[in-house]
Amino acid sequence: MKTAIIDYNAGNVQSVLFALKRLNAEAILTNDPAAIRAADKVIFPGVGEASSTMDYLRSEGLDQLIKNLKQPVLGICLGMQLLCEHSEEGDTSCIGVIPQGVRKFIPQQKDQKVPHVGWNSLDKIEQGFISNTLEKEYVYFVHSYYVEIGDCTIGTCDYIQNFSAVLQKDNFYATQFHPEKSGKIGEQILKGFLQL
Amino acid sequence: MLAKRIIPCLDIKDGRTVKGVNFVNLRDAGDPVELGRLYSEQGADEIVFLDITATHEKRKTLTTLARKVAAELNIPFTIGGGIKSVDDVAVLLTAGADKISVNSAAVREPVLIESLSKNFGSQCIVVAIDAKLVEGTWYVHLNGGRKATDIELMTWAKECQERGAGEILFTSMDHDGTKNGFALETLAEMSDLLSIPIIASGGAGKKEHFQEVFTKGKADAALAASIFHFKEIGIRELKGYLAEKNVLVRTKN
Repeated sequence: MKTAIIDYNAGNVQSVLFALKRLNAEAILTNDPAAIRAADKVIFPGVGEASSTMDYLRSEGLDQLIKNLKQPVLGICLGMQLLCEHSEEGDTSCIGVIPQGVRKFIPQQKDQKVPHVGWNSLDKIEQGFISNTLEKEYVYFVHSYYVEIGDCTIGTCDYIQNFSAVLQKDNFYATQFHPEKSGKIGEQILKGFLQL
Repeated sequence: MLAKRIIPCLDIKDGRTVKGVNFVNLRDAGDPVELGRLYSEQGADEIVFLDITATHEKRKTLTTLARKVAAELNIPFTIGGGIKSVDDVAVLLTAGADKISVNSAAVREPVLIESLSKNFGSQCIVVAIDAKLVEGTWYVHLNGGRKATDIELMTWAKECQERGAGEILFTSMDHDGTKNGFALETLAEMSDLLSIPIIASGGAGKKEHFQEVFTKGKADAALAASIFHFKEIGIRELKGYLAEKNVLVRTKN
């Protein structure tokens, strides 16, 4: 069982690799299309700015490659947002696997800071790849943009308003938070994905 | 709901923790990685590693540290101390650091904050500010507090935000080391002024101080060093206390 972590100019690529190694999972960092297609599982990490990252993915042909993957794919943070239709960050169209939009957090009162940084609780988890026993557990978020609630939302979090913490559509899975940085709960979530 | 964060800070020199740390169940109390892991197990929400090495070997040891910590820790961590350029930051983030903090270099060359946030995203750029109250005005200080400037604290904090800082780590030099509590009024004023999260530092001495800093001080996170190192307050115990006082914290890890 081999997991390919898509290696591109994203901030948390190394952290995801380390997290999988801590779970003794066989994982490689790669941007080789053949290796990505051949993997049993694919993780699409991401920390950074949406439009410039999309430009990069397009120039490498990775956007089409990701869209056509058939094995379980896990998008994390920006990776999750880029699986969506469109992002307000740099007003860019995204990969378009998940028909939901990415919007900027607009604070409604003074104590609502953006970026949303820190540990927040998973409010509602529907049946999916993350056990609903993890409802109310804390996971680590760092982001200024969020995915609106929609048909593919299977987990929510509350910050300024309800937003999508977990998405799922067909073989595509995604978390807005960083399971690789979310302590033991995060490890449980990564394990769940690896066992799909 | 977003939890308030408790952040232990470790001072590092030549790859080793500086302050004497007395934990019985540590094989090597000078090993920042092992200490970081212990804090993480006790419920720390993040860890800050502040490098105070002043040699040209610095960059290499700091990168090695970032890589080791990233391999071991399953919570976020920040690395700071002497970071001067986009290249410095690129190396550390690639090694696995989640955030970096800049201090003096940002004051000397404010455009650095813009370059960093543009290149890496503001979410990983913490601007650390050391300040001291001089005749009724808070002034920013450099080089670990040794050098005064004529820059007023709030003006600088606001400028940091406008240039793309993701968080401000504010240390009151007047409170640091006193164990008499944080600079509550100044922190609250900064929190009202800014729309980015604020990490409060300097003055933690007892559990009540943390409750105050999250309520009166309106801080998003609180950082402390010696009270955790010398086990005056355990992180788990502190979080239990805060939860009792209705401060939202992550009590399970």
